Amino acid sequence: MAATEVVQETKRPPQPPGLLKWIRDNLFSSWGNTLLTIVLLPITVFILFSSIRWMFVGADWRVVTQFPLLYTVGQYPRDEIWRVGIGLSLIIFMLGASWGKWGGLLRSISIAFSIVFGVFALLPVQHPELDLGMRLYLGANVLLILVGYWIGRIQYLKGGHIVIGWSITPILAILFLSGFENSSTLPAVGTTLWGGLLVTFLLAAGGIVLSFPIGIALALGRRSSLPVVSAFSTIFIEAIRGVPLITILFMFSIILALFLPSESRIDRLVRSLMAVTFFSAAYSAENVRGGLQAVPHGQIEAAKAVGMSNFQTMLFITMPQALRAVLPAIVGQFISLFKDTTLVVIVGINDFLGIGRSIINSDPEFMQLQVEVYLFIAVVYWIFCYLMSLASRRLEAAMGVSSRL
Amino acid sequence: MTTNQSSIQHKSDIPFYRDERVLQIIAQVVSAVLIIGAVIWAIMNFLKAAEARGMTLTLGFLKEAAGFPISNPPIDYDPSMSFGRAFLVGLVNTLRVSVFGVIGATILGTLLALARLSTNWLLSRIALAYIEFHRNIPLLVLLFIWYFTVFAKLPKVQESIAWPGPVYVNLRGFYITWPRLTETSQPFVISIGIGILLAIIVYVILRRRREIAGKETHYSRISLGIVMIFPLIGWFLCTGSPLWLDVPILEGFNFRGGLRFTPEFAALFVGLTMYTAAFIAEVVRAGIQAVDRGQVEAARAVGLSTGQVLSLVVMPQALRVIIPPMISQYLNLTKNSSLALAVGFQEVFSVGKITINQAGRAVPVFALVMVTYLTMSLLTSFVLNLYNRRIQFVMR
Repeated sequence: MAATEVVQETKRPPQPPGLLKWIRDNLFSSWGNTLLTIVLLPITVFILFSSIRWMFVGADWRVVTQFPLLYTVGQYPRDEIWRVGIGLSLIIFMLGASWGKWGGLLRSISIAFSIVFGVFALLPVQHPELDLGMRLYLGANVLLILVGYWIGRIQYLKGGHIVIGWSITPILAILFLSGFENSSTLPAVGTTLWGGLLVTFLLAAGGIVLSFPIGIALALGRRSSLPVVSAFSTIFIEAIRGVPLITILFMFSIILALFLPSESRIDRLVRSLMAVTFFSAAYSAENVRGGLQAVPHGQIEAAKAVGMSNFQTMLFITMPQALRAVLPAIVGQFISLFKDTTLVVIVGINDFLGIGRSIINSDPEFMQLQVEVYLFIAVVYWIFCYLMSLASRRLEAAMGVSSRL
Repeated sequence: MTTNQSSIQHKSDIPFYRDERVLQIIAQVVSAVLIIGAVIWAIMNFLKAAEARGMTLTLGFLKEAAGFPISNPPIDYDPSMSFGRAFLVGLVNTLRVSVFGVIGATILGTLLALARLSTNWLLSRIALAYIEFHRNIPLLVLLFIWYFTVFAKLPKVQESIAWPGPVYVNLRGFYITWPRLTETSQPFVISIGIGILLAIIVYVILRRRREIAGKETHYSRISLGIVMIFPLIGWFLCTGSPLWLDVPILEGFNFRGGLRFTPEFAALFVGLTMYTAAFIAEVVRAGIQAVDRGQVEAARAVGLSTGQVLSLVVMPQALRVIIPPMISQYLNLTKNSSLALAVGFQEVFSVGKITINQAGRAVPVFALVMVTYLTMSLLTSFVLNLYNRRIQFVMR
């Protein structure tokens, strides 16, 4: 009799958590918490409510909505803007092809791009810069991703081909953007006219792609048994990490010219890119060094034991494990590089932030609308940084950073 | 015998270009030649350019009159003083904003970390929103938001906002009523000094006695009492009050007296503090979470109070994890203070930039600025690393 009662007791399904229980557990679990909730709730609601009201009623978003092209490409000549479009499409196409080949994270990125392009192509508003041609172009990019996807799915197209494609497309895109002297179809467009997101992405992508190998080289150099190499690497890394980025930017934009032959001229965008690259390389080097130290020595000994050369051990055993171990730190460095590109405003380059500033300064009326401009800029940076850290987390999960090793 | 012979035979077979030792030496020589060659080449180019433009590399110009104003200098300064003096003002400004920023960011960051770990869902979410917002936007954008939309929009002097204190806030800055020492305050100052010294000595002695004898000696309460009593004694030793209140007063078009902070300083301080606090919050949170839960439960089980659990069990262990990344956050804050240039606060970097514009000696000025930052970074990390070594586990 008693036994059956117990059985019935255990068979009773557990109470569903319920909203009320959640509220009690998370907001009113103790006297202190209850007091805190009572104080915080009205303040939070008030702030949320008034900022939403400001967004829809108080704010004047003309400073943002009037100049979409200015924010994206800066002063790039409007007659030549198709060249930016071709550059973008090339990269979009490669993205689609990579999606078809490898899938995974690239799939999410491609779909996100398609959605953004699709939404802008079909945006139900009248805008002089969003004419039929622009809408068709944006729509075509969605198709281009899909075409790339289908091509990437082709069996005899190997991963190597896509890597080659990726190394050629940026160069092609840059050639399209800068053009050639004495050319009628592709007249040269000086980098002083480049601006907006275009410059921000060029600096960030260029900085990431260039600084990473330099960082690996510096990390290996610092751990090298050759005193000259390791001393030079250490001095380089510590000197750069000891000073602010802005001093390095100024050094490259003002002082570098004095140390080069007087007839040589380096473009000022390239100088900024060099500064950002070297700065980021020093930090990447320290991250990579941390990863190298985390690889157990037995791994290297085992590799030697099966007859691998030093170079093979580094390439196939040490480096992959080292990089996987510090993947979060490396992506974190890329994010901060992306944020740091804003400093080029101070040396007079019109990146995304710089364009915002020049729009504000272009019209006394806009001086009153600074909040809108800076908030818009902050949100755009926020979205990209947040997506990068999201991608990092997915990549970590896929590579099993925390579960293995 | 045979093996020995074959190994000798084998050794002489290796051509020099496959002998690792020879290769290493060659690699060193080649890299040294390349690096030194590049440096010499750059210096030669520079000397040629310097000769062509008549530039000098000496720091002698530092004695010349600067000729540019610095608003609200922390030490005596006017444009007739030298570039060297201006640079010193910049350095003090950098140190001032960095020290204020480090203190502010540490307090705010720790509070945010505790809020983030709170069992109150609302508080934890607010802290999360704050941290995620600030970590994912560029510092420069944050500084622009604070400066151009808040601190540069303060009311004119005539329409100053008055806060209790009195504190006056206007476009020219924050004017805060501030106690200052009078001329007859020496006994007061001296007794404060004696009090602090004595308190430290008493603290060390009583604490050691407690550790050895295991008896309660109330070391923290006694030394706290000493610190509080000695200033009181000093106050009565003084003829008249040792302090007077410096109250800001509106005189004509400007306020006089009081402690003044410029809007530029305020923008930089607030921006740096709020930005760095988000990173520090994550550092502190990771540190606290790194302490095993069992430690807290065990401490409770032996009857420690909540305060004791925090100060004797959790914090000492969390600090080991917190300190190294905290050092790099402090260094970042100091280096990021160079963004002052964008909001018009005159610290080392912007004074250096103005000096280049005025005196035109880009290379020596830049070398000076970079060496200054490098020294600050190395000194800070040296001192903090000493502290770090003290609190780490003693490995046997």
